[in-house]
Amino acid sequence: MSELFAVLRDCLRADEPVALATVIEVSGDAGGDAAPPGAVPSLGAKVLLRHGQGALGTLGGPELDRAVIDDLRDALESGVTADRHYGWQGQARGTSVTVFIEAFNPPPRMVIFGAVDFTKALVRVAKVLGYRVTVCDARPVFATRARFPDADEVVVDWPDRYLARAGARLGPGDAVCVLTHDAKFDVPAIVGALATQVGYIGAMGSRRTKEDRAQRLREAGVSEGELARLMAPIGLDIGARTPEQTAVAICAEIIAVRSGRATVLPLRDASGPIHRAPSGRPVGVPFGL
Amino acid sequence: MRGVLADIDRWQQSGHRVALARVVGVIGSGPREAGATMAVNDEGEVAGSVSGGCVEGAVVAEALEVLTESRPRLCTFGYSDEEAFAVGLTCGGTIKVFVEPLDW
Repeated sequence: MSELFAVLRDCLRADEPVALATVIEVSGDAGGDAAPPGAVPSLGAKVLLRHGQGALGTLGGPELDRAVIDDLRDALESGVTADRHYGWQGQARGTSVTVFIEAFNPPPRMVIFGAVDFTKALVRVAKVLGYRVTVCDARPVFATRARFPDADEVVVDWPDRYLARAGARLGPGDAVCVLTHDAKFDVPAIVGALATQVGYIGAMGSRRTKEDRAQRLREAGVSEGELARLMAPIGLDIGARTPEQTAVAICAEIIAVRSGRATVLPLRDASGPIHRAPSGRPVGVPFGL
Repeated sequence: MRGVLADIDRWQQSGHRVALARVVGVIGSGPREAGATMAVNDEGEVAGSVSGGCVEGAVVAEALEVLTESRPRLCTFGYSDEEAFAVGLTCGGTIKVFVEPLDW
């Protein structure tokens, strides 16, 4: 009992990507497509696939299993959760068997450069949103566990060195927030972040700081196209002043960027579906909840 | 799913049976996306959610029946304008919820 679930649970706890297929509907007589003997899968039958490993479980027949495992592999790759229909023996155009294919994505990551008071508030809000949070600062006096008890990781290092080491694991669902307020940390942090696939890069500072920083970044070889990836000054204009309010403004901007909102309005003043998908992107489960 | 693991552990360790309810389809407006999970134990205790609160009560009832019968079922909840007392989503959408005993 609970063998597949135990594997699933361990993968989720270890933040390891995993995908689960569950038979949720079996149609008796869809268009006269009678099931061959012994080919009817049970409701609730499951196959689980971990990255780089063989599948566990069965839906009842090798052909259907093969088709579903192919789709589980795609789901692990894309992170997209959806239901799919198959014939009794896994035929792609069939409708007899409906399988729910759920991709459990690892939680998104947020890397915050600069161990300042705003960082403490941002860590807290990011944790509420389900992020794995790293705080990185080159100054050992500030980058301490005691100051950021909610962070998953506190790293004493230069931003460019940290990103050279850990930047490869950042993807479109992740975020880099640069709160250092100091050009000698800001510039290497942003240059390092631009070299990754990270979906959001924001940097704190006044409008004037932003202009100075942009000039320094250009001098460091950053193109105008790359500069356009940078959200600076960081955060939505909601009138935030305190570190906590600023953290909310930053996280709201990250959500808006992630869901493809070019402009943000009160829902009252907007129209159309509230949960519309970003154009050109599939609807997935954003935070692997 | 992550959010309900701790409760499931606790329930299973104290000998409770558990049902899982997962959103497996959303048509139109819906508060939670596919994959949203609620766990229910055999005493009707709940962890997680499948909607904004509109159908949770009904899902608990389904989950307790599923535990009694030891058989999964697919439930559909839609807008309930025809039956005034039926459980529905006030937002006008339809969600499909797969409810199953956690025996796998």
